[in-house]
Amino acid sequence: MLLLKNVRKSYREPNGETLPILDIPRLALAAGEQIVLRGRSGCGKTTLLNCISGLTTADEGQITINGTDVAGLQEVARDRFRARFIGFVFQTFNLLPAFSALENVVLGMTFTGQKKDSVRAEKLLADVGLSHRLTHKPAALSVGEQQRVAVARALANQPKLLLADEPTANVDPAHQQQVIDLLCSACEKENVAMLLVTHSREVSDQFARIEQLEQINRAVQPATT
Amino acid sequence: MSFWKIAWRNMQQRALASSLTGLSMALGVALMILVIVIHEVTVEQFESDAQGYHLIVGGSSGGDAQLVMNTVFHIGSPPYPIPYRYYRQFVDGAYAPYTKTAVPYCIGDSYHINGSRFRVVATTPELFEKISYGANDDGSDKRYEFRAGGRNFKADHFFEAVIGSVVASKSGLKVGDTFEPTHGMSATGDKHIDFKIVGILKPTGTSNDRALFANMEGFFLLEGHALPPEALSADEAAAYKPVGSIDPEDPNRGFGPLPESQREVTSILVLCNDDIGMMTLDHKINKGKDRTAMAVKPGYFVQDMLDNIIGPIRLVLLVLTILIIVVAGISILVSIYNSMSERSHDIAVMRALGASRAAVMGIIMVESILLSLLGGVAGVLLGHAAIGLISPMIEAQAGIVLKFWQFNWQESLLIPGLVGFASLVGFLPALTAYRTDVGRALAGGR
Repeated sequence: MLLLKNVRKSYREPNGETLPILDIPRLALAAGEQIVLRGRSGCGKTTLLNCISGLTTADEGQITINGTDVAGLQEVARDRFRARFIGFVFQTFNLLPAFSALENVVLGMTFTGQKKDSVRAEKLLADVGLSHRLTHKPAALSVGEQQRVAVARALANQPKLLLADEPTANVDPAHQQQVIDLLCSACEKENVAMLLVTHSREVSDQFARIEQLEQINRAVQPATT
Repeated sequence: MSFWKIAWRNMQQRALASSLTGLSMALGVALMILVIVIHEVTVEQFESDAQGYHLIVGGSSGGDAQLVMNTVFHIGSPPYPIPYRYYRQFVDGAYAPYTKTAVPYCIGDSYHINGSRFRVVATTPELFEKISYGANDDGSDKRYEFRAGGRNFKADHFFEAVIGSVVASKSGLKVGDTFEPTHGMSATGDKHIDFKIVGILKPTGTSNDRALFANMEGFFLLEGHALPPEALSADEAAAYKPVGSIDPEDPNRGFGPLPESQREVTSILVLCNDDIGMMTLDHKINKGKDRTAMAVKPGYFVQDMLDNIIGPIRLVLLVLTILIIVVAGISILVSIYNSMSERSHDIAVMRALGASRAAVMGIIMVESILLSLLGGVAGVLLGHAAIGLISPMIEAQAGIVLKFWQFNWQESLLIPGLVGFASLVGFLPALTAYRTDVGRALAGGR
């Protein structure tokens, strides 16, 4: 379902030197599979997700999702592809404050070019236990509720791949397990593959497949600890 | 979810800033509406006031402006009068072949009530019978009409009068009431004997709504209005008949008509047979040997005034209001642009959800358009509400009738104009949205 081949990405530093961020010879993920990429801060976790989702273009290599080479698409096509096939769950949830919980989920369907389905949006929110909070704005929701809305929004377009960037970083330890359980069960229910990046061993240890990013990313030195 | 709704939600999120920028746009548009509508109505008013006759003839000592402003708009001090026999030339003298109707005006008295001053115009019943005011939509002449129970004054009932609609509403005078004209324009002038009101004019939207029209025969008989007897020739003095005893049953109160030699008129409204007649009369009066009077074409004068005075004033006001709208537009630009840094995160989230650069740019443009449109629509309503509010005051002061729903075709250009303008001012913040670095904005958090 997801295949990365020889993906390289570097940034140019202010002094003109090139700073390699990613150099991943290969990474594959099957349909419906759940994988954790664990790595310390600065090892390219977010850059990798941005490259996979098409928010950033890789300098080299091939990123194939559901048979489509994302890296080869024009920007507009990448945007459309991302809207249609990729769901995002962010570290800070990133709900839009002006929109209600339901509207945040519907907003996730807005840019696909397909018909919006508010019934599905309501169902997704009901599935994460928020049927009574549809019209509440993020400011009126607890942290846990916000994260659940974010999960519902990420699944709004029935994506093939869900990218989760440190989804428990802003959640207190007591609720971290709930977030992981929610993500895993939602992906299983919707048959969505999930790529979760985290620096947390507690989180990563709950997954069957764990990749250490420092080991698959040749652009960074392996962790010493 | 439509871009309109997303833009609306963004505006709601910044309710205070959005309201203030929308309000500034509304005020600019309201001012423009006021200028457009008031100018249109004023022009229409001036033009219709000066319609229904070809020439105004009056004393040549004053200028065109004094003659027209006095006769048509009842403004300013009256010019020196001309002999009655000059008027007779239009009735049965040298000018009669070119004249369809000549209506004399005697101006000089006033009526004061409730702090308002109205001009008393002495004239003949022909003013309301043979002269029209403006034209209907179908091209037919607008004729004076009287409210129910009223009628025109009769030529042989010297002390009858009719009054304009504004005078009636401001004074409370009704048919059957009487009023005493004051000699001169000052409220402290001597009061004349009273005239009986026999009719109230239906509103005409002209300055005649703000005047009282007395029978000229009665006016001549009032104190100070007749030429003194020593001005009479011996024959005229012999024919002069002193006033008899006052008989209550006599509508003329015992008076006989004042001899013509003792009469003067201030001006004459002349409806010519045709345009050639008008040109002939104009030439004879203004170029002839007899320079007793002059003739002015009121339509030309009014058009000249509109072109050279009202037009430039309107232009200046329009430029000012356009500047106000431009400033309001810039405030929209500044408001949205300043919010871009705090919204870059939201824009990045939308991009992560699949929004293209063009889409986020479009959302910002829509927000700018929505803000301008709402401000513009509010401005149109505000402008018309202001027109409705000031209408009674303007009507009372200037006789100009404004209606809340009085729309001008130029207003219909406002909306597409605002959309274009909003697209222009929204472009810069929209471009900022277009260029948002998604990765950096997402990493920055809220």
